[in-house]
Order: sequence, then C-alpha cells, then structure tokens
Amino acid sequence: MGIDRRDFLRLLAGIGCYTVIGKSTDVWADIRTVGHGDILGVLVDTTFCVGCRTCEKACNQINKDLPRKLPESFEDSSVFEKRRRMTTDSYTVVNSYPGKKNRQQFVKFQCMHCNDPACVSACIVGALTKEDNGAVRYDPWKCIGCRYCMVACPFQVPAYEYSNAFTPQVRKCTFCFELRTSKGEMPACVEACPMEVMTFGKRKELIKIARKRIKRYPDRYVPHIYGEHELGGTSWLYLSSLPFEDIDFPKFGYTSTPGYTEPIQHAIFKNFIPPLTLFAVLGCFMWFLRPQDKKSEPLLREEGQEK
Amino acid sequence: MSFHEEPAPVDKGFFTTGVKILVVLMVTGVSFGLYRMGFSLASTTNLNDQYPWGMWIGVDVASGVALAAGGFTTAFLAHIFHREHYHAILRPALLTAMLGYTFVGIGLMFDLGRWYNIWHPSLPMMWQGNSVLFEVGMCVMVYLTVLYIEFIPVATERFIGRVNLPGILSVLNNPIDEFLRLLDNTFGKIMFLFVIAGVVLSCLHQSSLGTLMVIAPYKVHPLYWSLLSPLFFLSSAIAVGYPMVIFESMIASKSFGRKPEMHILTPLAKFTPILLGIYIVLKIGDMIYRGTYVYLFEGSIQSWMFWIEFGLLTVVPFLMLLSSQVRSSAGWLFAAATMYIFGVLLNRCAVFFIAYKPPFAEKVYFPAIGELALTIGLIATLILIYRVFVTIFPILPAPAKEAVQE
Repeated sequence: MGIDRRDFLRLLAGIGCYTVIGKSTDVWADIRTVGHGDILGVLVDTTFCVGCRTCEKACNQINKDLPRKLPESFEDSSVFEKRRRMTTDSYTVVNSYPGKKNRQQFVKFQCMHCNDPACVSACIVGALTKEDNGAVRYDPWKCIGCRYCMVACPFQVPAYEYSNAFTPQVRKCTFCFELRTSKGEMPACVEACPMEVMTFGKRKELIKIARKRIKRYPDRYVPHIYGEHELGGTSWLYLSSLPFEDIDFPKFGYTSTPGYTEPIQHAIFKNFIPPLTLFAVLGCFMWFLRPQDKKSEPLLREEGQEK
Repeated sequence: MSFHEEPAPVDKGFFTTGVKILVVLMVTGVSFGLYRMGFSLASTTNLNDQYPWGMWIGVDVASGVALAAGGFTTAFLAHIFHREHYHAILRPALLTAMLGYTFVGIGLMFDLGRWYNIWHPSLPMMWQGNSVLFEVGMCVMVYLTVLYIEFIPVATERFIGRVNLPGILSVLNNPIDEFLRLLDNTFGKIMFLFVIAGVVLSCLHQSSLGTLMVIAPYKVHPLYWSLLSPLFFLSSAIAVGYPMVIFESMIASKSFGRKPEMHILTPLAKFTPILLGIYIVLKIGDMIYRGTYVYLFEGSIQSWMFWIEFGLLTVVPFLMLLSSQVRSSAGWLFAAATMYIFGVLLNRCAVFFIAYKPPFAEKVYFPAIGELALTIGLIATLILIYRVFVTIFPILPAPAKEAVQE
C-alpha cells in the first residue's frame, strides 16, 4: 500500500491550498472600505489642543457607567508627566508630547471607530458591532469575556475589568452612540472642547476639510491625515504638526487587519465545500482501503467480545 | 497471536507515590482556580490591558489542542487507512484526546471573564461567521462531542452484561444493560461517520487556531506572524500526534511496570520525520520568502525563542528520528518525542504571548504563580483521570504474559 502516504501528502497539500487562497487580501481591502458612504466621524486637529482635559471631564460626566470623578480632578496637569492609556475608568485621555519650539503638543486618544474594526471581526459572539453611523458598540450581555477583541485591536484601545470577578466588561469609547450620535448630535467631548480641536460630521466631508487645512497651512501640518487610509480607514481622523510616529500613532498599512483573517476563514468555509470535500475524500479512502477480512475491522462490533 | 493484544482494564494499585504528588499538584492548582473564580482575574493572573492573553490561553488551550492531536492522527492511520498494526494505540490516543479537549474547555472556563456565557456561541442569534475564534470554538465543541461518541464502544464493551448496581438501584440493571446494547448497536454501525468527522473537524480547528493571531499583524513578532500560520499550526499538530502517542505510551508502560510497546512505536515513529519535515520545509520556505531570517540574530527574546523552539526542539528531534537506531531505542525515541512535544508547547506559547508585542506595554508579561499553579494543576488532574479511566475501562493492551495465562 505504498500509495497511502503519497495520497496523504497530497491531501495535506490540498488543505494547504485552501489556506493559501486567502493571500489575495488587497482586493478584499478595497471592497470592504467602500460602502461606508455616510458614516460619521470626528476630525481631531491636534495643533489646537491646549491640554485642558475638558474632553475627559465631559466623557466622564456623560457616561454614567464610568466611576464618577470630581470635576476638579481634571484640572490636574501633573497627569501629563506620564503617557496614559485608556482604562476601564476613562474612555479618553489627553497626553503630552514634546512639540515644536519647546512647546508641549497635546493629543487626545480614544477608540478610533475603525471602518473595518478588528474587534468586531474578532468577537466570537457579535458583542461588538459596527453601527451604520460609524460607532463601534459593545454589548456586555452577549460577551463571554474571551478578550480576543483586545488581542485584535491594533490601537490597543479596549480595556478590561480584570478586578471584577463576576460581571467584568470590556470598556471603550462608545462614540456617545445611545445618548447623542444616534440622534445626529455630536459626542460629548467634541461639544465640550473650548478650543474646537474636534470637528464632528460626515467622514467624507471631514477628509475634505482636513485636505484644505493641510493645503492652506503647509507649515502647520505634516501632510498626512491619520486615519484616512490606515487599516482601511477610521471614523476618527487626526491632523498633526509632528510626525505621527512621534505622538504614539503606530505606522499601519492600508489593509484592515480582518482583511488578513477573514479571507482565510471564508476560503476554508466557502459554502462548506472544502470541509465536505475532505470528508468525502477521507470516506473514499476508508471504503476502498477496507480490509477484506471483516473480523479485523474494529468499527464493526465483534460478537465474541460480549462474553 | 495477532498484532494487537486485546485492551483490558489495568489491574494495579492506584495510590502510588507519583499519584500522591499529582494529587498535591491538583489540589494546589484547583485552589488557585477557585480563588480566581471568587476574586477575579486580577487577583490571580498577570494579565492586563496590554496582555489580554497569557499562559492559560497559550498552554491550557492552544497547546492542549495541539497535543491532543494524537487522537485524530491515530484515527486517520488505524481507521481510515486501516493500518491494523496500530489498533493497540487507538484507545489510549482517543482517551488522551477526549480528556485533553475536556480540559481545554475547563481551562478556558478559568480564563473567560464571563465563563457562564461560554454557551453563547452555540446560539444562532449570536453566530459570528467572520470570527476565527467562533470557528475554533464551534469545531472544538463539536469535536469534543464526537470524541465522547467515539468512546461509547469502550464503555459499552466494559459494562454490557456486567451492570451490577447495589441495593434498590439493581432494578435499573436490566434497563441500563438494554440501553448500552442499543447504544452499541446504533453507534457501531455509523461510527465511521464520526471517525471521519473527527479528522475533518481536527484539520479545521487545528489550522484555525493558527489563524487567530493573524488578526494582529502589528503586534506579533515577524518570526511568528505569517499568513501561512494556519498551515504551520495544522502541520505541526499533525506532526506532534505520533510523538505524543509514543510519549504517553512509554510513560504508561513505565508507570505500570510494563515493557515499552516498541513493536508498535518504532514503526509509528517512522511517519514523524516525514510529517515534521513538511512542517520544517514550510516554515523555512516562508521565512526565506518573507525575508524574516533577518530577525534571527537580533538577540530579542523572540529570536532566542525561535532558536530554542524551532532549532533545538523541532529540527533536532527531526534529525534524530531520521535514524533507525533512534527509532528502535526506547530511550532515544522517548527523548526525541519529548523534545518535539516541548517544541510544540513553546511554539504555541510563543505565538500567543511570548512573541505578542503590544504597543504601549509598560512591562513584559510573565505568568503569575496562580497561572502556573492552575496550569500545572489541570495537567496533573488530567493525568489522574487518565489513570482512573485505564483502571476502569479496557484501554491499554493487556500485558502479553497475563493474556497467555487467561
């Protein structure tokens, strides 16, 4: 039966092919990012930010499920000594970076609300969803707490309530979906900002505005709108006077990260044809290679064994 | 005498020194596990927002699934390709896979924040076909069921005609016996469907487990991130199947004071260099194609990991197993098998947390005492239950001498 091994190898190669098909990811990325025509977004012009943390305060006040903090606590500027990240207590943080002319450069962070969110693609139960207006939302009642969304998020945004033993939740910016953006109103942080750092509107329009600003003030900005193309685009867009790598925005390609996994996933399961084919092939082997002597077939019960 | 001795329950004292040590490890681990359940993940683990997955996912789940591959690879060889010679290892491999996957589920429960929602993926309203984890979860769930079904003949063989409940329960003896015969008859006829399904499901989730981290291309070190990752996971799982069977068989033989079953294990080991060779060629080919060899000498934890896990614990056992002297020597074969098993274990840990380099991390993740204790405790419990099962059920082949005396 020298043929067995060779066929076995061929079979393996077959399974391999299904996996490799998934490599045509570039085409995929294009299909996925089109169609988000009227989603909303926010343009953050970091060059206007003065680090007053009013946005953090507004966020804490509107999100009733966040632990209440004293309004005065947001006037503390010593927090800028450390680069902070979003936590279970705060959906947005402002950090300070050394800017031009010995001035501080402040940058606000929160969930980027990706066009093709990795967390949504990763979530095993669909607890994370992408709304039509662009918001990425979380439903704790579906969540099983596997934290794959946190592994998947390229911006390292979701925070987890590790100290909660029984009902821990994933925490991240909600885009003020329920209270505001679903009704067309702007998020609390955008409204609160005294410097008008943020502009709320249709993502398409925001990109036009950002382009105009870069064109008009070429000395003020690096010629890049962060979030226009990164990972298939994000609802939150950024303008900066410093290179984006210097203000903690990772350098990303244009393909969204689900653009790598989903083609593999869907190629393996295309109409269930690959698994069923494998089943049929194995079935054929099992049938045609069956021993002629039935007694040595262990899957057929031997009468003698009953004793 | 045929190739394979009939399986029979092991007739040997249960509480040996080894068993006592295992019980201690189990109690320690379970205590930490219960502490985690009562006092949250933060109290027991070093997980944080940067490192959401740690040792429990890398070892208990990912390695657990990979090292349970003995089940489907053996079924493939003995059932689908009808290699009668290997029937003696079918049941031990099946039992290991069944317990292995059960413990993957149990281990996962400790890691899940909302473990009581673990059944959610089975609700159609929550199906999420884009999620790789959903596919892994569903396949593992179905495969676990298939493994239990495959175990039915072992249970029925043991108890048909021997159901003997004490006292008032004895009225149930006949109905239970009838039920067992019905099970045996029904499943005996369609078992081949489950055997094939088991192999298909294994190929699916073993590979998908490798797709999981593909969604984090900017976080996983380039030595461990590749679009071919699913293929690496599948081929290495297939390759580790037989070394795992060899490893367990030898430990069982040693533990029960028997001679190692070299007449089965030596020919079985012949497949490993081929299967392992496929994995190694894929891995090196991918490395050359993507040019990731530049990271080999950067001196990072990940590059060292690669040398240890791939160089020392994958290529070396591969070279060893090419030699027929190694394959026919019990000691060397055991050494080679053990090395590759640890190679797979480290590989899975590497992909899931050692090579995981999140941006903004303040310090590198290292498992906490509680994480280590629970993982070790779960492995100890698994071995103990294995021992209980081989004592109750006809799984290991009866030693040759006793078989003659009967």
